[in-house]
Amino acid sequence: MRAVVSRLGLRAIALLYLAIILVGPLAIVFWRTFEDGFAPAWDALTTPETLNAFKLTLIITAIAVPVNTVFGIVCALAIVRRRFPGKGVLNAFIDLPLALSPVVVGLALFLLYGENGWFGGWLSEHGIQVLFALPSMVIATIFVSLPFVAREVIPTLREIGDEQEQAARTLGAGGWQTFWRITLPSIRWAVIYGVILTTARCLGEYGAVAVVSGRLQGETETATLRVQERYEAFDLAGAYAISIVLALIAILVLVAMTVIRPREETA
Amino acid sequence: MVIVGLPLAALVWEATSQGSQSFWDAVSSPEAAAALKLTVGASLAVSLLNAVLGTITAWVLIRDDFRGKTLVNAIIDLPFALPTIVAGLTLLALYGPTSPVGIDVAFTRAAIVLALMFVTLPFVVRTVQPVLQELDPELEEAAQSLGASTTTTFRRIVLPNILPGILSGVALAFAKAVGEFGSLVIITGNIPFKTEVSSVHIYGRIESGDSAGAAAVAVVLLGISFVTLLSIGAIRHYATRHDR
Repeated sequence: MRAVVSRLGLRAIALLYLAIILVGPLAIVFWRTFEDGFAPAWDALTTPETLNAFKLTLIITAIAVPVNTVFGIVCALAIVRRRFPGKGVLNAFIDLPLALSPVVVGLALFLLYGENGWFGGWLSEHGIQVLFALPSMVIATIFVSLPFVAREVIPTLREIGDEQEQAARTLGAGGWQTFWRITLPSIRWAVIYGVILTTARCLGEYGAVAVVSGRLQGETETATLRVQERYEAFDLAGAYAISIVLALIAILVLVAMTVIRPREETA
Repeated sequence: MVIVGLPLAALVWEATSQGSQSFWDAVSSPEAAAALKLTVGASLAVSLLNAVLGTITAWVLIRDDFRGKTLVNAIIDLPFALPTIVAGLTLLALYGPTSPVGIDVAFTRAAIVLALMFVTLPFVVRTVQPVLQELDPELEEAAQSLGASTTTTFRRIVLPNILPGILSGVALAFAKAVGEFGSLVIITGNIPFKTEVSSVHIYGRIESGDSAGAAAVAVVLLGISFVTLLSIGAIRHYATRHDR
């Protein structure tokens, strides 16, 4: 009897905790956005500046995700399958973006590519604009979303071992052939899961991009920067509408994660 | 290495190139010191809250059974998928000046704790869950049939097994909390000495053109991140050695 009571009590605590912290706030924003119907939210979303912000976010994501996918697979293969000096350092560096403040990341890039930075002089001599332009925003986004693919692929690679790869090699397969035919198919769900996490992180990046973009309206303003700009301009409806779109993407990501996780675990 | 190492080298260079005295001056200026103290204090508080509530949530998700559990389990990852700026805005909608439930914590330190609890929610749950899943429920049943109470069973059987999981989750949450920026920008109002955390302080320094001052505080945050990562590594090392 006491066991049942404590079980129900713990369940109540857990559900209340999630309701207060997660579900409640999000539900209110959904309700506020569509309080006056669908039309005001649609109008707020289709202003040229907002559309442009979404376009910029998509462009950055479309560059950063493939780069980090390839990098993540290569890094995971290097860490699990090879021995080389500095492997420990690489292993530690891969996790660093997860523990580092996005503002610190932004500042570090700012100092590297800024006017007085290490690369700043050379870049401005050659007329290449990195800071306050797309390149620095892409680099910042790649930095913060760097670890996700590698971190998903590393444990899977360890688990499957390299017996099949060795068998393929013995049968005369080359390095590339072994990778495409043996390794990639067995890590594919881990890669897909990592890509989903990377995409979510890229779409939602705020702090690092806020520092390096210079926030030029209509030029270097991403969707998340636009949310804050709208909020500061007292256009709550606009801020909520953009937030809803980003939240819907987040929910799609959750659905994808829920569908793919069991496959990754059984693969 | 080029992507991660080079910018960080530039950061450390900028912070230390004026000598250790100016580095120390920038870090110990009243505003910077207050922000650092607030950041570490709030992060520690939130990590402890996470340790308790996260462990309860993980236990409920593994040992309990109820309708909609799959949905609840999926929601845990929401703070990870949701952009932080959106998290801040949604918290303000429910717990801000226009709150429909009459709770207004906007621009107070309670808002910092709330926002940090939101963004760090998944960590402890997700590190404890797999360990609890592996732990055979028969151990707990055996302890209870031998007359151990629920709390004794938890303290003597469950806790020792899941402690490494809790600790590494807490460390991850702490690292995330110390660096958090997006969710705090809107909801805390960034009032110096009251609600300004270090990441917001750094941002303010950059905006006012004091990149050396910004870099000095950033190096302190970088140091905290490094130490936290190293302790997570140590916890994992200890936990796997324990297994064998």
